[in-house]
Amino acid sequence: MKARTGKTAAPKIENIDQETRLRLYRLMVELRDFEQRAYDLFMENLIRGTSHLALGQEAIAAGYAVAMREDDYTFCTYRGHDHTLARGASMAAALGELLGRANGMMHGKGGSMHLTDVAHGAMGSYAIVGAHLPIAAGAAWSAQARKSGQVAVCFFGDGTTNIGAFHEALNLAVVWKLPVVFVCENNQYMEYTPIRSVTAVEHPAADRAAAYGLERILVDGNDVEVMHETATRTIGRARSGDGPSLVEALTYRHGGHSRGDPATYRPKDEVREWMSRDPVQTYRERLGSLGVEESVLRKIDDESQEKVDIATDEARKAPPARVEDIETQVWSDGGSAWRS
Amino acid sequence: MAELTYREAVAAGIAQEMRRDPTVYFIGEDVAAAGGVFKATVGLLDQFGPDRVRDTPISEQAIVGAAMGAAMTGLKPIVEIMFSDFLATCWDMIANQVAKTRYMTDGQVSLPLVIRTANGGGSRFGAQHSQSLENWAMAVPGLKVVAPSTPADAKGLLAAAIRDPDPVLFFEQKSLYGIKGEVPDGEHVDSLGTARVLRHGNDCTIVALAAMVPRALAAAAELESEGIHATVVDVRCLVPLDTRTILGEVSRTGRLFTVEENPRLCGWGAEIASIAAEECFDDLDGPIVRITTPHVPLPAAQPMEDAAMPTVARIVKTVRGAMR
Repeated sequence: MKARTGKTAAPKIENIDQETRLRLYRLMVELRDFEQRAYDLFMENLIRGTSHLALGQEAIAAGYAVAMREDDYTFCTYRGHDHTLARGASMAAALGELLGRANGMMHGKGGSMHLTDVAHGAMGSYAIVGAHLPIAAGAAWSAQARKSGQVAVCFFGDGTTNIGAFHEALNLAVVWKLPVVFVCENNQYMEYTPIRSVTAVEHPAADRAAAYGLERILVDGNDVEVMHETATRTIGRARSGDGPSLVEALTYRHGGHSRGDPATYRPKDEVREWMSRDPVQTYRERLGSLGVEESVLRKIDDESQEKVDIATDEARKAPPARVEDIETQVWSDGGSAWRS
Repeated sequence: MAELTYREAVAAGIAQEMRRDPTVYFIGEDVAAAGGVFKATVGLLDQFGPDRVRDTPISEQAIVGAAMGAAMTGLKPIVEIMFSDFLATCWDMIANQVAKTRYMTDGQVSLPLVIRTANGGGSRFGAQHSQSLENWAMAVPGLKVVAPSTPADAKGLLAAAIRDPDPVLFFEQKSLYGIKGEVPDGEHVDSLGTARVLRHGNDCTIVALAAMVPRALAAAAELESEGIHATVVDVRCLVPLDTRTILGEVSRTGRLFTVEENPRLCGWGAEIASIAAEECFDDLDGPIVRITTPHVPLPAAQPMEDAAMPTVARIVKTVRGAMR
């Protein structure tokens, strides 16, 4: 366990107010309930194709999203439901997209792996490992050029640290001093294989920070206050013109890599250990010990369930995605014409 | 009209658009201080400064990825990929990300970006620095594909590509960089998706692209002296494809020849041949004939490379043989 979670920086929690704490808790609960509902809809065979749930990784998405400015940019991976929703995207539209309905966030053209809601700064879920790191750097370059003060935050898995685009993006971001934060969600497994068995260093992101002249940042990704503090610090650094950061947040997937993966390759004691550090449950307990009334937490829990239920109902009732739209939106004129 | 080289026309096109639109930025390897390895971007750094004209590391994924992220968020980036062969190192960015993101998000983003690249053979660089790769791009929905054959088109079509709201792959033929031609004075903007009839004849239509255009014209002149009157069409733009102009000439002349620098399989000419066969079969007086490089990597040695690519002599011989 110790070797897996590593030595993280001691949490330096300062001045976090009650309102922020409850926001963080509410967001984590909503993300948890949404992903659990997505799982249930799979079991009902209502969701086709594949899906990659972030159950167990909510603290990273919530910690960052709460620390971001409304016009900041989020770039994430195919495990991107949480990051997209955390920016304020509609749950009904997300579920609709998973179900292939006309009300889907991209009206059926994207699917689970590509949730995008530009209006909320969710600039896309990218399904080719590593691709979105240079793209996030590009959004940061644009923010820098436009002097907009925006920051791009790019979330990716541990497996991404072994692909070339990771290194190309980090190098460029440092050389151009771009306002971008790279957040590695180290959930210990690149798909099915333990990350440590295929990586030259113990901590796939943190141990490579020095190669780009960056601070080594290794944090407990299951502690939402640690994540919020890390987010505030790294986003602040980017916004003030001091350049990029590379964060490694240690976490764990509650389930397998994707829909079809029961994750039997993971040792039982490892799973048990990590489940005992569930970010939602542990934070709920911490809030209780800090004096938050059980009724307040219960109300948040109930409201979250209700929100997911309403979204589910809306998505279930929505008509199927429109085949009439197959040949639209290839080009900016709305069409797909390739000849005269 | 000023006489410019093809490479000067490229720089002039970029400069014209950067002057006009402050959101146009230009990045690439050796493009700023060095003015490009083919000297097609000389002077841009001095004119527009290091914020807007930037050298990058040798990181093609970062170059195209950064352009995409910037295009999604308010800039109109131009990037240079030094040799088109290097597109292979960033093809994920181009084919999976740039080409598909607008569609996958159902129009939530536009990607106004231009990827310029030096394309094609004739420079004795060997198989990894000589390919003619327009067909790779043409095969991916979501990319516009342009390949000019003259200095005027290099400037005018590049300006149009930069103004276009969608991603454009702009193939500059490296063996054409030194040719000279008249370029209209003042602002010059052409239209994507327009072919041009460069020579009118009633016996057959020869369709060509980029470096094959001057060869097709030379072949047509030679055929003329033998009594074969050929129309020559410069395709200029593969996506959107000006089928109206091309099919109009094919129907009028009754014969179609394509001259393609690319290796044989799946060349752009095959697509045009297929469209012509489907849509003007009744107007054809004989088989459609494609003239291409054989289906081999391009060899380096001068006699081998010259003989592999379609030559004026091969075009003349093929057309003459088919028309007999």
